Amino acid sequence: MPKLTIDGIEVEVEPGMTVLQACEQAGAEIPRFCFHERLAIAGNCRMCLVSMERAPKPIASCAMPVADGMVIRTNTPEVQKMRKGVMEFLLINHPLDCPICDQGGECDLQDQAMAYGLDHGRYLDNKRAVEEKNMGPLIKTFMTRCIHCTRCIRFAEDVAGVPELGAIGRGEHMEITTYMERAMTSELSGNVIDLCPVGALTSAPYAFGARSWELGKTESVDVLDAVGSNIRVDSRGPVVMRILPRLNDDVNEEWISDKTRFACDGLKRQRLDQPYVRRDGRLEPATWAQALGAVADRMKGVDGSRVAALAGDLADCESMMALKDLMTALGSPNLDCRQDGAKLDPACRAAYLFNTTIAGIEDADACLVIGANPRWEAPLVNLRLRKRALAGGFTVGVLGPEVDLTFNYRGLGNEPGALAAMAAGDHPFAKVLKRAQRPMLILGVGALARPDGAAILAAARQIAEETGMIREKDGWNGFNVLHVAAARVGGLDLGFVPGTGGRDTEAILQGATQGEIEAVYLLGADEIDMARLGGPFVVYQGHHGDAGAGRADVVLPGAAYTEKNATYVSTEGRVQLGRLAVFPPGEARQDWKILRALSDAMGVTLPYDSLGEVRARLVESNPVFSVTETVQAASWGSFGTAGEIGSVPFVPPIDNFYMTDPISRVSETMAECTATFVQTTQRMTGTDG
Amino acid sequence: MLRDEDRIFTNLYGFKDSGLEGARSLGDWDDTKGLLARGREGIVEEMKESGLRGRGGAGFGCGMKWSFMPKEASGRPHYLVVNADEGEPGTCKDREILRNEPHKLVEGCLVAGFAMGANTAYIYVRGEFLREAEALQRAIDEANEAGLIGKDACGSGWDFDVHLHLGQGAYICGEETALIESLEGKKGQPRLKPPFPANVGLYGCPTTVNNVETIAVAPTILRRGGDWFAGLGRPNNTGTKIFCISGHVENPCTVEEEMGISLRELIDKHAGGVRGGWGNLQAVIPGGSSVPVVPKSVCDTLCLDFDSCSEAKTGLGTGAVIVMDKSVDVLRAIARLSRFYMHESCGQCTPCREGTGWLWRMMERVCEGNATLDELDVLEEVTYQIEGHTICALGDAAAWPVQGLFRHFRPQMEERIAAQQAATATEAA
Repeated sequence: MPKLTIDGIEVEVEPGMTVLQACEQAGAEIPRFCFHERLAIAGNCRMCLVSMERAPKPIASCAMPVADGMVIRTNTPEVQKMRKGVMEFLLINHPLDCPICDQGGECDLQDQAMAYGLDHGRYLDNKRAVEEKNMGPLIKTFMTRCIHCTRCIRFAEDVAGVPELGAIGRGEHMEITTYMERAMTSELSGNVIDLCPVGALTSAPYAFGARSWELGKTESVDVLDAVGSNIRVDSRGPVVMRILPRLNDDVNEEWISDKTRFACDGLKRQRLDQPYVRRDGRLEPATWAQALGAVADRMKGVDGSRVAALAGDLADCESMMALKDLMTALGSPNLDCRQDGAKLDPACRAAYLFNTTIAGIEDADACLVIGANPRWEAPLVNLRLRKRALAGGFTVGVLGPEVDLTFNYRGLGNEPGALAAMAAGDHPFAKVLKRAQRPMLILGVGALARPDGAAILAAARQIAEETGMIREKDGWNGFNVLHVAAARVGGLDLGFVPGTGGRDTEAILQGATQGEIEAVYLLGADEIDMARLGGPFVVYQGHHGDAGAGRADVVLPGAAYTEKNATYVSTEGRVQLGRLAVFPPGEARQDWKILRALSDAMGVTLPYDSLGEVRARLVESNPVFSVTETVQAASWGSFGTAGEIGSVPFVPPIDNFYMTDPISRVSETMAECTATFVQTTQRMTGTDG
Repeated sequence: MLRDEDRIFTNLYGFKDSGLEGARSLGDWDDTKGLLARGREGIVEEMKESGLRGRGGAGFGCGMKWSFMPKEASGRPHYLVVNADEGEPGTCKDREILRNEPHKLVEGCLVAGFAMGANTAYIYVRGEFLREAEALQRAIDEANEAGLIGKDACGSGWDFDVHLHLGQGAYICGEETALIESLEGKKGQPRLKPPFPANVGLYGCPTTVNNVETIAVAPTILRRGGDWFAGLGRPNNTGTKIFCISGHVENPCTVEEEMGISLRELIDKHAGGVRGGWGNLQAVIPGGSSVPVVPKSVCDTLCLDFDSCSEAKTGLGTGAVIVMDKSVDVLRAIARLSRFYMHESCGQCTPCREGTGWLWRMMERVCEGNATLDELDVLEEVTYQIEGHTICALGDAAAWPVQGLFRHFRPQMEERIAAQQAATATEAA
């Protein structure tokens, strides 16, 4: 390992590191603007200059690889002078409009100007003014503030895979812009806001909303897809102002999708903030006592087999546990957390997890994607696939609709029958997988939510087994199910599935239509066909006035994901804790508490009184809940039911990335995104304005 | 003074046929196969012995540069790139080679390419040099037809292709890594070094970028021997060099001369002397617009080679001698250069992007006398804030002329400001 002397301190560092990283290791902080750990090196801001012994000129430490015997100085007056010089250059054309700039308070330039800025300006001429650019509904531009670090360009090109940003012009007239002044067509575009070291690219929905120092910061997890992105919820008073990514190399690195980031304005709209009871066909406000009483009155005495419960995509584990216990107490085996009817097998944990793990994608060398569009179903999984693809030696085959995944892959058509051929080893791609050292497959839930889902699951298992994706010796497991619902894995883990002789989603809906089910409890379940619920008494517990609340006879207002301390399990099987950032609005309450109160009203009191006790109950139901943050490998088993695979082509489960759940459906920002990015390809109707 | 028999470019003015026949009659393509038969090592050693330093401006040892190319085949192709993007103000030497001695360049490409294990050469010609590019293309075609390049070039068993590429007129594309970017079809912006082109160059492959003149003299050096070349000039500054003399001389010209010739001798012998006599000389920029200007007192004793020039705190650069007599407003002249560098800065890195514009604006004020004396100090400091802090040498090139001005002409700047202040004061009164 190379040894360097930095400011007289000798350090030994990993080969391949840059001088800047070595300096950090030695405790010498180096100012920088263009350098970012996860982006290609540009070396253009020149803020990180240090002096190196025997070098004729100062070196850009971010771009210089370490070599044995280097002698670096970062604290000499010359280095200080260089930094001050570069800072002065950056500031001569930068508007000093910090008081009206949204980046104020969290601006790299502002912070570093405190250390290296002059106390007065020596530039006597007019500052440069640059025209604003159109970067779509999410990114607000103020290009006069741009310091040309090109982080955004490098992100778009290298990480997001949409080479739509670039620099035009030369010298002073260089401008960062999108090609043809069009919005950046990436579902990860919001990350350039975080990357921008100044206020040139800021969040449009958050514009002038708050100052960073006024915000309460709560570390939490995202639930708008099944990735479990680590986020930080910034709130002021009762309002969630914005959502930012939190570093987690195993999950989201430091990126989040635009839905995760920008759908939070949906938390303010169409909220259920008090209980409602349907009287004479109309939902009328009620007190908690009235609402719980109405439910208890209607459901008490009904035979357990005539009661059913469905859990939605955003439900937390605690409330699902409580609802399951309540249903058990009522003697009902009719419960399901698979609203879409996916033929997931709850018996074997490995059968419904993303076993390879998201970080594990980087170890794989071949991948088969079945009936999924990872770019929309889990943008951060797609980002890892792209990262792996760019590194080379990674063959991706997609069996399903041809979509732009931002990297090259082999289209294998959209004929589900090909799975049988692959399982038998006859398909050319089966040979690719077989030859690979670490093959993997990604099975979309869209492929499982079909009548032949069980057969597809079985075929996928067979492909995994036949092509060596499951290995005892090194623990490699290449079988992956890509979920889209944050609640799904948790629900399966705690057994929110039909008990013995119980009905699954399809059977519950059928039973409801035919009058065999008298009462249905919807725990945030909005993605089912409400028309099929027919005659039964419907209780809806949730946070948004979406489809479920519209159909309900009693509405019990719950908490959204930013308003409760709750457990979620990601598609990888990673147990993570969401935390309360703001309190639920009005009369709304934490979900497990509502169920606990209801059980009391129904005379079947659940045996827990605190969050700790519910969590103990979770661990009791499945020990996986005892370990948070890390993924526990699941053991392999037999699952799926061999059978005939139909010929209907695969259809991805998401047709609009920006609107997939009750929160994003009411978000104005997501509506704008839908109009900009999704509907441009669809025909406008006369009412679109 | 260079003897005629030591002249390498015998048809620099195009008085003779510049086609293949004419070139052959002047000695080009004479037993090129024999030159190649010396092997890669042999050629590189000979070049090292000659002491030839790159003629593009930086003066890096040519044999040394060639020897940086990987010796072992790594599976990646090697490339020779010839920099014919001659854009340095005052410089017009490569242009004459392209026009009148293109075969020297093509033959040089083969020799140099062979010495560095390259089967392909790209010649990046400045976009404005349309006729020159035509002349060069003609020479490439002739050489191809005659089997001098192409498959089994000159019967040596070495395959060698030469491609011509026309630039689009950006000065920065003359910087070697920006040239490579441009050749790859990207925006011409210099790359960070390391990695150097010899490791990661064109299309990520080992590449050497050389100036036209450097490549064109190589075959003659190999034919006549490195010791012959090293015998011209003085140690570490050997051989001959094409000088371009422009400005206030009686007879502006491009001429091949021995390295180390005194400036006065060069101007008097070849350019007919300074307009109005040596005494009328005010200042000279001896190496193209990037190097610091020197006043007559320095010019009196200045010798034109790399080391002498740097001792005089200027540079030999491309050998473009820009002569200014006493009619010139030196401040205005340098301000014009500052504007050039502002216009040609690529905008990639901060000191150059922001600093070149600032320099020009301050220079304009200084020329008008509208600056303050304090601002002069700012101006000088800003040049040092740019110099050495940029990715490529354009920042240095923008800073040096202004630094030269401060070194020798600061009194004039102060006078100008004082005069303007006095005039304003009178007006006000």
